[in-house]
Amino acid sequence: MTRKRSVALRTAWRLLAFLRPFIPQIVVTVLLGGIMIVANMLLLSMASYLIAGAAIVTMIVLLSIPITIVRLMGLVRASARYGERLLSHNVTFRLLAHIRVAVYRRLAPLAPARLLQLRSGDLLARLVSDVDELQNLYLRVVAPVLVAVLVTIVTYWLFAVFDPALALIAVAFLVISGLALPLLALRLTRGLGREQLALRGRVNVHIVESLQGMSDLLAYGQATRRREELAAWEKRLDRLQRRLAVAGGLQEGLQELLTGLAVWSILVLAIPLAVSAQINRVYLGFLAMLMLAAFEAITPLAQAFGQLGHSLAAGERLFRIIDMPPTVSDPPQPRALPASSSLELAFEGVQFRYEEQGQQRTLTDISFRVPAGARVAIVGPSGAGKSTLLRLVLRFWDPQAGRILLDGQDLRSFALADLRRLMGVVTQDTYLFNDTIRGNLLLAAPSATEEQLWRALALAQLDDFVRQLPAGLDTWVGEQGLKLSGGERQRLAIARALLKDAPILLLDEVTAHLDRLTEQALLEALNTLMEGRTTLLVTHRLLNMERMDEILVLDEGRIVERGRHEQLLARDGLYRRLWEVQNALLPLA
Amino acid sequence: MEKQILRECRAVRWPLALSVLAGLLALLATVGQMALLSWIVAQVFLGRAGLRQVAAALVALLVTICLRAGLVWLREFWARRAGSRVKSEMRQRLFAHLLRLGPLFVRDERSGELVATLNEGCERLETYVARYLPQTVWSLVIPLLLLAIMWPLDHLSVLLLLITGPVIPILMIAVGSYSQKHIQRQWTTLARLSAHFLDTIQGLVTLHLFGRSGAQEARVARLSEEYRRRTLKVLRYAFLSGAVLEFMTMLAIGLIAVFLGVRLINREIPFVQAFLVLLLVPEFYRPLRELGTHYHAGMEGRVAAKRIFEILATEPAVNEPATTPSPLPVAPLTITCEHVTCRYAGSERPALQNLTFTLPAGSCTALVGRSGAGKSTLVNLLLRFIEIESGAILVNGLPLDRLPADLWREYVALVPQRPYLFSGSIRDNLRLARPEASDDEIESAAELAGAASFIRELPRGYDTEVGEQGLRLSAGQLQRLAVARAFLKQAPLLILDEPTSSLDPESETLLREALTRLRRERTVLVIAHRINTVAAADQVLVLDGGRLVEVGEPAALLEQPTSAYAQLMTARMRGAGALPGKEAEAL
Repeated sequence: MTRKRSVALRTAWRLLAFLRPFIPQIVVTVLLGGIMIVANMLLLSMASYLIAGAAIVTMIVLLSIPITIVRLMGLVRASARYGERLLSHNVTFRLLAHIRVAVYRRLAPLAPARLLQLRSGDLLARLVSDVDELQNLYLRVVAPVLVAVLVTIVTYWLFAVFDPALALIAVAFLVISGLALPLLALRLTRGLGREQLALRGRVNVHIVESLQGMSDLLAYGQATRRREELAAWEKRLDRLQRRLAVAGGLQEGLQELLTGLAVWSILVLAIPLAVSAQINRVYLGFLAMLMLAAFEAITPLAQAFGQLGHSLAAGERLFRIIDMPPTVSDPPQPRALPASSSLELAFEGVQFRYEEQGQQRTLTDISFRVPAGARVAIVGPSGAGKSTLLRLVLRFWDPQAGRILLDGQDLRSFALADLRRLMGVVTQDTYLFNDTIRGNLLLAAPSATEEQLWRALALAQLDDFVRQLPAGLDTWVGEQGLKLSGGERQRLAIARALLKDAPILLLDEVTAHLDRLTEQALLEALNTLMEGRTTLLVTHRLLNMERMDEILVLDEGRIVERGRHEQLLARDGLYRRLWEVQNALLPLA
Repeated sequence: MEKQILRECRAVRWPLALSVLAGLLALLATVGQMALLSWIVAQVFLGRAGLRQVAAALVALLVTICLRAGLVWLREFWARRAGSRVKSEMRQRLFAHLLRLGPLFVRDERSGELVATLNEGCERLETYVARYLPQTVWSLVIPLLLLAIMWPLDHLSVLLLLITGPVIPILMIAVGSYSQKHIQRQWTTLARLSAHFLDTIQGLVTLHLFGRSGAQEARVARLSEEYRRRTLKVLRYAFLSGAVLEFMTMLAIGLIAVFLGVRLINREIPFVQAFLVLLLVPEFYRPLRELGTHYHAGMEGRVAAKRIFEILATEPAVNEPATTPSPLPVAPLTITCEHVTCRYAGSERPALQNLTFTLPAGSCTALVGRSGAGKSTLVNLLLRFIEIESGAILVNGLPLDRLPADLWREYVALVPQRPYLFSGSIRDNLRLARPEASDDEIESAAELAGAASFIRELPRGYDTEVGEQGLRLSAGQLQRLAVARAFLKQAPLLILDEPTSSLDPESETLLREALTRLRRERTVLVIAHRINTVAAADQVLVLDGGRLVEVGEPAALLEQPTSAYAQLMTARMRGAGALPGKEAEAL
């Protein structure tokens, strides 16, 4: 419990640190926010003083000061509000930009290894919405709390002019309804809230699964049962929400009660003072109004407390991700890249397992050599460790034992960015940015000319397609624009790899999820790409295998067979069985 | 929209009415509270009274304060109840309706958007009903009520409020039509901005591979800054109108105070009345200003409600018969398609055109064709997910559309390529096919499906958690689970979709054996992707572009040189090349 509290405290502290560059602006907005509320307090209290005064004087001139104040306050409040809104939104947007950049800076070194872990379960999407959530920290939590403190101080001072006891009572009520009440509400609803969140999660899973698996549900006649299950969840949720409604309503009711009681107490206290002439009777209405109007600063605090919970939770999730240590890092003195345009790649007794998988090895005793300019294929059933092997070459992870050599040097002796500059990569799930086709291509070579772009597209057999698009190279890819088919995406990826023109080529199931016709055409484009490059190709589709210089058959993390296509077929082992399974498929899809 | 919500959700009416009523009573309590307050102040101020003289009134004030607090509690409680009821009821109705609309609708409409409607959409409806709706009633009724109460106290102030009062709604409408549109657009931009941020993070691996991760940092900063600049330009107007609104309110209060003061000096109005008017004036503006703060929630609620009613108004694709025919078809089943044509909603070209064929009782039919030839449409037809446009499907002579869809589906076992796994244990997922099945039955079904061996090797056997958060299974394992479900269901018609890609050799063997067992004594339709499957079938249907181009026994078709099926097979042999002898054996 205390440990949890200290985590929350540290998170809060770190979140507040995001605000540090904006302290001057925050001070000004809080001042403006305070002025806005105090103006209202003064308006209402001066108005009642004005009326009271008018009841006992005979000439309006005597009331010119309160009249002026009353008239002025409207203008003051309106302009303070305008300034406060403008400035606070300005700060919020700046803060958001600041947090984004800060998070990005922390996140970038974590890619790719850590991010590959996070890709599952929408954790990244969660991260982004958590960043958005943090903008509320300032607007809904920090500013209202500071304003409330400021207004409480001003209220104390205003009442203290009349009588210290009045001032103490006023502040006591403000503090109770501003601090104790939200805390009480939090205590009442915390357990319920957590339960509600969990239940909502269950309902959400139920809905998502029912929609995604609807064919299976209907085919097995489970619609009614599924509906009844939802109804049962909703019923439990409803019972919970009834209790939350009782608690929530109670908070609002108590807030009203405290406001009323505060005014009442001021009155009860002030009447004897007025009777004993310690304060002028004319101020009685003034004091009551002052108290009533001061609560404007307190009402948003209840919301602030709720918001604080959200922001803290968001912050905790955020920090948990960005505090992860990167899995690989640059050597202290990186070696210069080999100058040769054609490089040899070699594995020497490599062992590897993923951290989260405990003792189970993903790769065991892997040794092979890809001579400069040669093509080596890695095949095997799914889960054999093929893609892991490529990730090790890219140094997403480092092997626990053994070495990977590039041009005779250990991979770990090069800087990460240098190393990756040498590698052209095409994988089965090509990531295209929500940008134009040009933007996605230029990623590979920011200074490429128009001509170079078209040449790459032509080699990847995508030029005709792009040419017939209305906006050509400037067509947007993705959400707002063009939906590319699987084959087109892969060709774009090949064009990108061609533009990058790296000496080492890593291909990972490039033709997965494609139909056979597209696959055949893509293989031709790939062939162009592989020319003259040291190529490591991972696939479970045994196509064009006769073009490979060597084939490694991987099963459960070990190389079980190796050789050329014809040799392996003749051997009647796993390769031969894979080949037969594949050839038993009809040539359509 | 309000009417439609109230019409659709009867359960909401009472809580909503009670909340509105409690709100109005709370206002009356406020008036009482203010009257007592002004009376007490007047007594002490002008009547020179002490604590003792006003003690009774102070007690009454205390009671009123408590009463008011109680009413506010009730007001909030019922508002929240109304909100959560509307949310729960709408969500369940939507859910039930989506199940009626079927998988094709869900796929077309993108399940993500539907899930968002069921979750956030219903939450927004909740806020709309709990906050915006009662507030609209109060903002109409409370000002008028207050004017009526104040009229006997002071005509002039009431007239002043009558003049300035409407300015607020008018200004709000002006703000609403002008800047709200812009603000909406800015929120969209904000959403796009965070989408861009997500895009950048998700693509970090790619950025690293191209050495561009550093350049993106500046881009993130630049875009955020640009967004800030553009948004503030628009928000400035919204804030300005907000300030004008505030100014108007304050000005009105100030004016009324000064007018009251002038008449007090001339002794034209008693102090106690003047003070009460002053106390009530802020209450006059309060509901209107609060309506303003809920304006956004109101807009969002409307949008959500519109979408929800749109979905609810969508007609299911399949017509359900009013009565259940008798006698019901009895196994074994013969399915006959007569000139069946069908078309997806909004599509010009029919997905299937004039299909005529028979699935004889107890036989196995292989369905062959390229992707997009209409194979899955045929399966959707047989599962009653989509309606026939013309023609008829007969089950043992009974037209299929005479049977209720749920009832018909009890006759069918479906083995999809990738069965959907619900979060839960393997056992739960198998039991989906027959909820009352015993553990023994489940295990023997898994045994028959060739799934038992891998299930036993899982960390917790049949109790291993699968689904989104659970263990991932390979394609071969998934399909064996689907076959196990079919064994459990024991339905007379089996529809099977073979995996399109090659599985690992072990899965491949086990699956072939299991399917041979499963096909016995059933009418089977299999979307075939394997040569063996087609060769072993009693009949082959070749689909192309939504038309049936060929029907017949596989061996007979192979002997006709013009047959599309035969051409396909010879193309296969040429493609395979290396092992022609082996393949010919398989055929």
